[in-house]
Amino acid sequence: MKLRKLPAFFPFSQPGKDWQTEYQRCAEQANDAKLKHFYQQGMIGGHTPLSEVPFVALDLETTGLDAQRDDIVSIGLIPFDMRRIYCQQAKHWLVRPLPPLNSESVIIHGITHSDIADAPNLNQMIEPLLEALAGKVVVVHYKTIERNFLAEAFKKRLHEEFRFPLVDTMEVEANIHRQLSRSWWQNLLGKKSFSLRLAASRQRYGLPHYQSHHALVDAQATAELFMAQVRHHLSVDVAIDTLWR
Amino acid sequence: MQAEQIEIAGFLSQYPPFSHLPQDTINNLAQTVEVAYYREGDQILRFGDPIHDLFVIRTGVVEVYRRNGELYNRLTEGEVFGQMGLLVKNQVRFPATAVQDCLIYCIPEQYFEQLYTEFEEFADFVAIEDSARMRNAVAEQANPNDMTTSKVKNLLHSEAVIANRNISIRHAAELMDENNVSYLLLEDPELQLDEDSDDGRIVGIITDSDFRSRVLAVGLDYQTEVGEVMTTGLSALDHNAYVYEAMLMMLRNNTQHLPIVRKQRPIGVVSIADILHYESQSSLLLVQSIFRAQNREELAQLVPQVQDCFVRMVNEDANSHMIGSAMSVIGRSFKQRLLELAEELLGEPPVPYCFVALGSMARDEQLIVTDQDNALILDDAYQSDLHQGYFEQLAEFVCDGLNECGYAHCSGGIMASNPEWRMTLAQWEECFSNWIDNPDPKALLNCSIFFDLDGVWGRVDWAEQLKSFIARRARRNNRFLASIARNALNRTPPLGFFKDFVMEKDGKHNNSINLKRRGSAPLGDVIRVHALAIGSRAQNSFERLDEVIEAGILPKGRGQDLRDSLEFISMVRIRHQAIDIESGNEPDNNIEPETLSDFERRHLKDAFQILSNAQNFLKYRYHSNRSGESL
Repeated sequence: MKLRKLPAFFPFSQPGKDWQTEYQRCAEQANDAKLKHFYQQGMIGGHTPLSEVPFVALDLETTGLDAQRDDIVSIGLIPFDMRRIYCQQAKHWLVRPLPPLNSESVIIHGITHSDIADAPNLNQMIEPLLEALAGKVVVVHYKTIERNFLAEAFKKRLHEEFRFPLVDTMEVEANIHRQLSRSWWQNLLGKKSFSLRLAASRQRYGLPHYQSHHALVDAQATAELFMAQVRHHLSVDVAIDTLWR
Repeated sequence: MQAEQIEIAGFLSQYPPFSHLPQDTINNLAQTVEVAYYREGDQILRFGDPIHDLFVIRTGVVEVYRRNGELYNRLTEGEVFGQMGLLVKNQVRFPATAVQDCLIYCIPEQYFEQLYTEFEEFADFVAIEDSARMRNAVAEQANPNDMTTSKVKNLLHSEAVIANRNISIRHAAELMDENNVSYLLLEDPELQLDEDSDDGRIVGIITDSDFRSRVLAVGLDYQTEVGEVMTTGLSALDHNAYVYEAMLMMLRNNTQHLPIVRKQRPIGVVSIADILHYESQSSLLLVQSIFRAQNREELAQLVPQVQDCFVRMVNEDANSHMIGSAMSVIGRSFKQRLLELAEELLGEPPVPYCFVALGSMARDEQLIVTDQDNALILDDAYQSDLHQGYFEQLAEFVCDGLNECGYAHCSGGIMASNPEWRMTLAQWEECFSNWIDNPDPKALLNCSIFFDLDGVWGRVDWAEQLKSFIARRARRNNRFLASIARNALNRTPPLGFFKDFVMEKDGKHNNSINLKRRGSAPLGDVIRVHALAIGSRAQNSFERLDEVIEAGILPKGRGQDLRDSLEFISMVRIRHQAIDIESGNEPDNNIEPETLSDFERRHLKDAFQILSNAQNFLKYRYHSNRSGESL
């Protein structure tokens, strides 16, 4: 199924927070030098149109869904803008989680005990991760995981808060669906179930099927989905603060 | 450390030109890719804009245009574009538009250049245009088998030995001895030559065996003119014919010597000894069986053998010209035997006649799925009230017999059994004059089939006479050429193949494609127009092309392109018919794209592209307003 072309609309009525000011505040308050440096590199203003925003798509694979109990096993990220996704600057790291892997999570992401036996601790990855995210707006599919796990990881290791702007393609998709279904869309679809999962959302835009649960593949898949969403339902002139959270 | 792009690498490794690259190179390449997304209707490349990437379609459909806005190609998953722009001044040569939402993998210029320098196969793929790719495909296909690639001209060891028909038998024998040949071609120096149909002055041949039976055995005086004992009514073969055709022709005419001509002039003689080792049992035996059949029933029983013969030739990697001529010889033999049987049944014909094959059989391009197209040329002494009954019965006997032998009745009624197509030689000439001088495009639609004709029985020289009449008449007639050129544009090639359906140029899709109607037939049409324009009397499309190329009316390389694409389309058609026969299905000309190999699919696209280009050239060259142009 493919979406028809519709007039552009704003998915959110309330603009998100002013992350530029927020970064300035965080830069003053941060104790850790790495984190301080990260915030000091600043953030774009909320009125910046999507066409000028530097994005980075991010995906984490974790040992489970509970940020308190579980931990990160791999990180994939890939920078992009509304023109191109830049594979050359993509990153993929395996990291050793604090709690040991359980067999269930191995089934999901396919990363085994031997894969991470020699993997570095996340501590060692914090610096390159911050470097890759600095100044960029993060795009994820289902923000709860990335936001909570990264916050938890920084809390455990640096004993500091980690805050950054996020655009959630799942939320964008849900809003599109909600707006569309108010009108003719619902009639068209009947009461068909409408999956917001990454693969199902991509399918609606005619994007190819990618093998999922590989952090870098999922990050790239998310970036492509976001480009498609913007081109189909929004506009590259939309201000970033209508989307970021 | 760079991150492994498994999805991109996995995708690229499936499609040429990337599939030829080593895995390490593909992995590195995948890391350099930039991904772009285009909506349906977005212009991806604009003519003249700078270009710095090679574009690979991951999903979606892209149309590539010529500068004048005409559709050049329609591309889908795994296909590349932008290479011409990258290679020439970093400027877009062919604008491109997304016709479905597209995800595109862009390979930056510096990596493209690296691949281009390091890997020959990659360079070949991106640098050469459709036509050159076509040529490689045809070359790859052809198995260097003597049977299929050897032309009769390769068998000629010495120049033709020619003597005056007035010399004595004794002198003739001396000449043969001196030249160490077993024949002499004889010419009549006083023969008046017609400037337009210059057939030379050869009037006959004398051979060793003629000396045995016509001179020694009867005790003839050695001073007798050799012209008195020569064999006349010579059959000759063009130097571009295949060895195989020479064999079949000798068998048909029961001769051991065959003059080989180049533009009607003899350049040598091939003897049966020259070609013994090229013998192909199967089709020779079949032709013999046809001539031995005692009635229509026995002929009809040979149909499975015709199919076997066809399949065997395909499996032996014969090329399309060879298969086409063998099947035509077989078809012609059926006709000849049926006519022999008809004359046995009905008695001697009241006036001489010539039975004419039209269309694919006349072009020596007959395949297994074919209907009959034929006609009768009657002696000018024909009187319908007296003779009509005889020829009506004769034609019906032959046409019904052919129908029983697998050559279905012509749906358009172009058959000798139709009184409309039984005319005297004078009437035929008038009929052709009419078509040529007053080319009503509507009438020409059906009658282009008449411009491929070949005499198969009776006064076959009348067919030659008619051919030469047509060649003379059509040649300088620009209005006529413009009309048949227009007709040749009626059947367009399907430009794009997609996953499991064919996208026609008009945007409709079909799940099968008729390779004859959309491929080989329009190619034949294009070639016929050029052939008529230069006054060629050749009938076979490949032979016509030879003469057209030699006449220099095509831009350089185009003739070879046409040859390659005709050969490729014909072979795909032939192979699919052979597969149908082998699997017990009714063979036809319809190809389901999903049954094609990637190789066939890609190269068929190239072949169709060449056809489309050739049709465009036709429009330009034979424009009716350019009547002042001399050809």
